[in-house]
Amino acid sequence: MPVQSPISSVNDFVVRFANVNGSGSASANELFARSILRHGVPVSPRNIFPSNIQGLPTWYEVRVTEAGHLGARGGVDMMVAMNPQTWDKDVASIEPGGYLFYDSTKPMPTSKFRADINVIGVPLTAITNSTYTDPRQRQLFKNIIYLGALCALLDMDPKVVEQLIGEQYKGKEKLLSSNVHALHLGRDWALQNLKCPIGLQVKKSDKVGDRIFMEGNSAAALGAVYGGATVCAWYPITPSSSVAEAFTSHCKKLRHDPETGKAKYAIVQGEDELASIGIVIGASWNGARAFTATSGPGISLMTEFIGLSYFAEIPAVIMNIQRAGPSTGMPTRTQQCDIIACAYASHGDTKHILLFPEDPAEAFEFAAQSFDLAERLQTMIFLMLDLDIGMNHRLCRPLKWDDARQYDRGKVMTAEMLDEPGRDFGRYLDVDGDGIPYRTYPGTHPTKGSFFTRGTSRDRYARYSEEGAVYADNMQRLVRKFETAQDMVPRPLQANAAKPTKYGVIYFGSTAPAMDEAIGLLEARGHQLDRMRIRAFPFHSSVASFIADHDFVYVVEQNRDGQLRQLIVNENGIDPVRLVPILHYDGTPITARFIANAIGDHQDHLKVTPLRKAVS
Amino acid sequence: MTYIAKPKFHHPGLPKNELGYTHRDYEGKISTLCAGCGHDSITASIIEACYELSIEPHRVAKISGIGCSSKTPDYFLGNSHGFNSVHGRMPSVLTGANLANRDLIYLGVSGDGDSASIGFGQFAHSIRRAVNMTYIVENNGVYGLTKGQFSATADRGSKSKKGVMNTDNAIDLVAIALQLGASFVARSFSGDKTQLVPLIAAAIRHKGAAFIDVVSPCIAFNNHAGSTKSFDYVREHNDAVNRLDVLTGRDPITVDYAPGTVQVVEQHDGTRLALRKIDADYDANDRLAAMTFLQKHAAKGQVVTGLLYVDPDSEDLHTHLDTVETPLNTLEAKDLCPGSAALEKINASLR
Repeated sequence: MPVQSPISSVNDFVVRFANVNGSGSASANELFARSILRHGVPVSPRNIFPSNIQGLPTWYEVRVTEAGHLGARGGVDMMVAMNPQTWDKDVASIEPGGYLFYDSTKPMPTSKFRADINVIGVPLTAITNSTYTDPRQRQLFKNIIYLGALCALLDMDPKVVEQLIGEQYKGKEKLLSSNVHALHLGRDWALQNLKCPIGLQVKKSDKVGDRIFMEGNSAAALGAVYGGATVCAWYPITPSSSVAEAFTSHCKKLRHDPETGKAKYAIVQGEDELASIGIVIGASWNGARAFTATSGPGISLMTEFIGLSYFAEIPAVIMNIQRAGPSTGMPTRTQQCDIIACAYASHGDTKHILLFPEDPAEAFEFAAQSFDLAERLQTMIFLMLDLDIGMNHRLCRPLKWDDARQYDRGKVMTAEMLDEPGRDFGRYLDVDGDGIPYRTYPGTHPTKGSFFTRGTSRDRYARYSEEGAVYADNMQRLVRKFETAQDMVPRPLQANAAKPTKYGVIYFGSTAPAMDEAIGLLEARGHQLDRMRIRAFPFHSSVASFIADHDFVYVVEQNRDGQLRQLIVNENGIDPVRLVPILHYDGTPITARFIANAIGDHQDHLKVTPLRKAVS
Repeated sequence: MTYIAKPKFHHPGLPKNELGYTHRDYEGKISTLCAGCGHDSITASIIEACYELSIEPHRVAKISGIGCSSKTPDYFLGNSHGFNSVHGRMPSVLTGANLANRDLIYLGVSGDGDSASIGFGQFAHSIRRAVNMTYIVENNGVYGLTKGQFSATADRGSKSKKGVMNTDNAIDLVAIALQLGASFVARSFSGDKTQLVPLIAAAIRHKGAAFIDVVSPCIAFNNHAGSTKSFDYVREHNDAVNRLDVLTGRDPITVDYAPGTVQVVEQHDGTRLALRKIDADYDANDRLAAMTFLQKHAAKGQVVTGLLYVDPDSEDLHTHLDTVETPLNTLEAKDLCPGSAALEKINASLR
C-alpha cells in the first residue's frame, strides 16, 4: 500500500485515458464521459491528440465536476494507461494518492510504478484474446472492456452505459449486443477480482439540468444555418474542418426544399484557402450569406482577399478555429494566437471585427449574429474560436432562437429605392453619417445602381481615382464605420468582486470557464478581482473605463506575446504598465490552477514590493 | 480603367435589337489601354455578341482579376455590375457569385498572366467544377502592365521586345481546358471579329464552363518580329477549324444551310449552334479528337482557332450541387431558418 492516502472523492476528479491514436479508443472514452453526464454529474472532457492518423500518443481527459467547473483543472486522479510509449510520463502525471489503471496481462517491473499511487491491474489483453479471435475486434472491444471495469471501480450504473450503447447502435442489434457483452466482461472481472468501488466514485446527481453537451465547431456551424448562410466554401485544416462537415450535416437535415428535395445551400470544398475565401467574397458580393472556416495558416493564405473585403466593403464571415502557431506550429494544440493577425489582417491600414465566444452556446449565437454584422457593416467578421472550444464537447445552456427574428441584410438598395425621385446612389457615399454606404446587388436595375467593385482606390461613386484627398476621405469613412461597429458587436460582460478592489482581470473566449473557477481560488487566497470578459473587437468604451477604474488589470490569454493586451494598448492608448499579462501558451488548455497561481503570486508580490518594480 | 464616361449623345437612328437596346447600351467607359490593343477588339466583340443576343445588360456580372485584360470589363456593359478582384482569383469570385444567383450571366475576363500563372489553379478548378460562365482569356503572352515580362503562355523560342529568348515551355490553356472537362472550348484571335463574336455569343448561351482563349497581341510589348503572339504571326499561322453562326430558338435554321455542310449542335438551353466546317472530318463533339487535333497542329506551329469542342448535354455546378432553382441570394429567413421548434429537438438530442 502506498504511504500516501488514496484520493477519496465523489463526483469531483480527473480521469485521463492514454491511448494510441487509431486504436478505436475515442468512442469508448467519450462513452465514459457521456455516461457520467447521464448520472446527472457535469463533465468537462478534452481531447489531447497528435497531428497524425495512427500510431502516436493520444489522451482523453474527463474532468468529473459536480461543482460544474468546465475549464481544465490540471493534474490526474486516475490514469488509464493504455499506451506503453507514454507510460513513464503518464505515471508521473498522477496526483499523489491517485490511481493507475493498466493492462496487467504482462507483468511489469516494480520500477515502472510509483510508491505513492494506487495500482489497479486488469488483464485486458488476456480477457480480450480469450473472447475474440479477430484482431480488430480484439482491439476495439478491449476499449469497452476497460470501460466496463471502470464502471465497477467507480461505482457507475451499468444500465446507464447500456442505454447509451443502445442509442449509439440503434438498429444495429449485433453491434449493440456485442458491445454490451464486452462491457459486462470487464465489469464482471473487476467485481470478482478487485476491491470495488475505489475512492473515486460517481454518484447520481442533478447538477446537469437542461444543459446540452456539444462541440463548439458544430454549434458554430448550426449558428450559420440559423443565421441564413447559404454558401460555404472551405478547405480542410485542423481544427476547423469539423465546422464545414457539421454545416454539411446540419444542412442535409434542415435545409432541403420540402417539395423538390433540392438544396437551399451550396457547399464547395475549395482547392485551397484562397479559393475558399474568394468564393465566399463572390457570393457575398452577390447578396448571399457566405462563410468559410479555417485556422491560422489558412488566415495567412486568405489575407489578400481579407484586405479586398475590407477596402471594397464586401461582407464575409471567417470562422477561425485557432491552433498553436506560428507556421504549422502545433496543429492539434490550442491557443488564442491569431488575435493580432486577424485584427489587422492584410497589407495597408485595416481593422477587422472579431467575435470571441466562450462556449458552444455563444459560438451558435455569435455565428448567427456574424452574418447580420457582416451585411450591416459590409465587412469581414472573424468568429474566433479555438481548438479547445471547437473540438471538445462542452456543457452549455440550451441553444435558443427567437422565431420573430429577421435577418439584418444591411443597407441594400432595391430597384424601387433607386427609382425614388432625388435619390443619389453612390456606392461609397456616407449618406447616414455612420460610415456605412449603400450597396446594390448585381442585376437590380436596368440603368441605375450598377458599380464597379475593385481593390484599388475610388471615389464615392466607385470611380477609379488615385487622388490623395479622395483616398483619405474613403479611409476616414472606413474608420467611422469601425467606430459605428463598437456599439453593434457583443458588449463585454463585467462582474465585480464581493468586496471593492483596485485590481481587475480581462479575459476572453475559451479561457472563461477556467477564469470562473480561478476567481474562487483567488478569493480563497484572499485576493479580490473585478473581471471583464471581452466578447468582441472593436472594444466597447466600457473596456477603457474598466481599465481606468483599476490600478492594475491582468490580461489572461493563451499566447506568448499578449496579443489581446497589445490590441487594447494600441487601440485605447493605455499605459502598458497597467496591463499585466498572464500568458499560457504550451498548447494545452489554460487551467484554473495556472491562472490562480499566476495572478495570486503577482498579487502577493504587490503586497511586499513597490508597484513600479513589481510590474517592470 | 477610367472614370471617363463616353458622351451620352448618340445618333437617334442607331439600330436596335429585340429589347430595343442599341450598341451604345452595351458599351462602357472609354478604354485607357494602348491604341490598337487587341483587348479593345475583344471588348468590341463582347459588346457585339451581347447586342446580338439581346441580353439585358444589367443581367450580366462581369468579373476579372488584375492586369490589362482585367481592366476591360470597365469598357463594356456599363450598366452591369463589375468586379475587379485580385490577381488570378477571378474564377473563385465568379464561382461564389454564381452560387449566390444562378439567374445572372457570368462573364469572366482574365489574362494569360492572371490565368496561366498565379491563377492557374483557380482556372483549372473553376473549369472542372463546371461553373456556368463564359471564361475569356485575353492572351498576349506578356505582362503589359509591368512592361514586357514573359507570361506562362509565351511560346518557347519566342522573343521579348528586349530580345530575350523564352526558354520555358508554354502553357496551352485550351489544351488544359479540354483535359479538365470544359464543355465548351474555343480559341480565337482578337483581330477576327467575324469568328470571335459568334463564339462569344455561343459561349454565353452555353450551360456550363465555356472557355475561350483569344490571342490578343500586346501592341506595346509583344507585337514584334520573334513574337508568336503578334498580329503578323497569328495571321500567318491561323488555321480556323470552322466558321460559326449562333441561331437562337427564335431563329430556326433555314434551308439555306445545305445538308452535309452544316453541323447543328443542340445546346442544353435549346440554343442551336451551327458549325460551317472547313475540315470535313472535324467533329466538335469529340473531346479526344479535339485534343489530338490541337496537338498535331501545335506541333506544326499552327494556331488553331474556332470552336474546338462543345458538349451539347452539358451540366453545371448547380446541377451537381442540386440546388434550388430560386437564387440563393433571394431566400429569406422563412426559407432558411429552421426555427425554434427544430432547435428544441436538436437540444434534446444533445443531452
